[in-house]
Amino acid sequence: MRVDNHIILGKDERKETIEIKVDGKTIQAKKGEMIIAALMANGIRINRYTVKKKEPRGIFCGIGQCTDCVMVVNGKPNVRTCVTPVEDGMIIETQYGVERGNR
Amino acid sequence: MIEKEVVVIGGGPSGFSAAVEAAKRGAEVLVVDENLRAGGQLFKQIHKFFGSSTHQAGVRGIDIASELLEQARECGVEVWLNSVVVGLFKEKKVTIKKTLADNSEKLEIIQAKKIVIATGASENAVRFKGWTLPGVMGAGAAQTMINVNRVLPGKRILMIGSGNVGLIVSNQLLQAGAEVVGVIEAAPQIGGYGVHAAKIRRAGVPIYTSHTIQEARGKKNVEKAVICEVNDKWQPIRGTEKILEVDTITIAAGLKPLIELAMMHDCKCSFIPQLGGWVPLHDKNMESTNPGIYLVGDVAGVEEANTALEEGRLAGTAIAETLKYISLGNARKLKKEIWQRLNELRMGPFGEKRMLAKNNILTAYKI
Amino acid sequence: MVLRKMGYLTKEELVNSNCYPAEERFNKGSVAIIECTEEIPCNPCETACKFKAIKIGKPITNIPILDENLCIGCGMCIAKCPGLAIFIVDKTYSNKEGLISFPHEYLPLPVTGSIVKAVNREGKVVSSGKVIKVLNKKGFDRTPVITITVPKEKLDEVRGIKRLESEDSKQFYSRE
Repeated sequence: MRVDNHIILGKDERKETIEIKVDGKTIQAKKGEMIIAALMANGIRINRYTVKKKEPRGIFCGIGQCTDCVMVVNGKPNVRTCVTPVEDGMIIETQYGVERGNR
Repeated sequence: MIEKEVVVIGGGPSGFSAAVEAAKRGAEVLVVDENLRAGGQLFKQIHKFFGSSTHQAGVRGIDIASELLEQARECGVEVWLNSVVVGLFKEKKVTIKKTLADNSEKLEIIQAKKIVIATGASENAVRFKGWTLPGVMGAGAAQTMINVNRVLPGKRILMIGSGNVGLIVSNQLLQAGAEVVGVIEAAPQIGGYGVHAAKIRRAGVPIYTSHTIQEARGKKNVEKAVICEVNDKWQPIRGTEKILEVDTITIAAGLKPLIELAMMHDCKCSFIPQLGGWVPLHDKNMESTNPGIYLVGDVAGVEEANTALEEGRLAGTAIAETLKYISLGNARKLKKEIWQRLNELRMGPFGEKRMLAKNNILTAYKI
Repeated sequence: MVLRKMGYLTKEELVNSNCYPAEERFNKGSVAIIECTEEIPCNPCETACKFKAIKIGKPITNIPILDENLCIGCGMCIAKCPGLAIFIVDKTYSNKEGLISFPHEYLPLPVTGSIVKAVNREGKVVSSGKVIKVLNKKGFDRTPVITITVPKEKLDEVRGIKRLESEDSKQFYSRE
């Protein structure tokens, strides 16, 4: 859910949207926002699954320090989605384990 | 190797106020920050600050941030964003992984005359069954999502911790349109200011003192939280469990200074729980046990934005003095005024523990 | 103190801390109530009042003291308090009703003339109220101040309104 209007921050003036793909599904994102913001706005809260127990993980620190939010972005694993901005046509995949092929 | 007079590591309130004080007197200052945007945590503080009306009390943190960055621009402070200081080597060599305009990365080594470590602090975790579920996050993460990213991290939130961060972020979650189902606090009394608590109580948010979280339940996401009462030995009391329907659990259990770079350069540290944990020692000029290396803001002890701004000013002034950009006399006068304001900010029942802890740092430094 | 444990003040605590105007002063008209009882370094309320009715002095941790005779209940201080702890009460509005003005930093803001649920310091609905005024001046720096009428006997209790749902009210407020 996006905060379109806010008593202190005012109206969200960002109008430009781009499209990104998350696990094959196309979603709308606001230009320049962090990947995690676009995901959350579209109700996606799971970023990855752990190696051994295959447990889901999502955002924890939000400022790029804990790596709980990493996903595979344009083929590259371990990208911190909370500090990486979206780009038009970006391909984002839920990360399984610590590298791409580790399902 | 590049040479710079002053390198400030960390572009938050303490780093930038140090940069401004030094730069406005003629020093060559570079601020390095790993984020895409400068300002540290200040741009998340949408509430009005307390403090002295002669020093921006009543102004929102976000506006203080904009003004500070504007001052830095006017003083000619150089800023490298999206650049991480990966190492601090003897003597005063700063290794930076710099991201250039075309998004390529370059390793730069800077020989600095003076360094200001303003790396801030990181949130503590509280571990409980189910804490790894998506939906459990730091209160700071929730604050970043709502105030910077303008996205709700969830709709029904349980806040753990009733210090000022817990109380303030709870209110900000309400302002963003979420429902805060409750604030829990393990201690028998509320940690933060009465006025912050009163604000959320008026808004209908219950505060459960002497309560802790037992479990977060859910298949792949937080769906429920189990809280329970604790006795005076902080132990859970059987039979007092309450189940709350929440989708998000935010943790506001304190912060700890990010001291890695200070340690790399052998700055002596001391364990001071009142200031967040291991804290590098500093003197009255905010200089560490390593001459020429200064520490300001939360890294020098977790306090608040106002003290961070003043400590930054103190170090910046001290640096300008040692680099001979201002006279000893002027420096003494300016530093005295800053110390008066710092002491004022540390007065009262909420500040006195920090005041004592900070005095202990100064004493330990001399040993 | 109840505040430390429960997170809200009682009228008794306020009276005992000298933070509550005397009943005779209420009978003369609008007056400010500064519900701030803890020593925190903070003094914007002092400079906010152009009638110099609020005194803190030095050190700035002093609890603000209101000079009831200098205070005319104009409400300029409400938006200036970072703790959102100042209220204006007028017990002389009419025979049966009084006015309470309070800060309200939430959207949606209510519409003038609408009926709202008035809450006490615990957030419990204790009465209904009618919105008389919604001010969101530039000088308030985004702290809107709402004035509502409530039954007189509720004036020592009511300190806000239940936050409105987005569907409840039109998102209309004006900046003056």
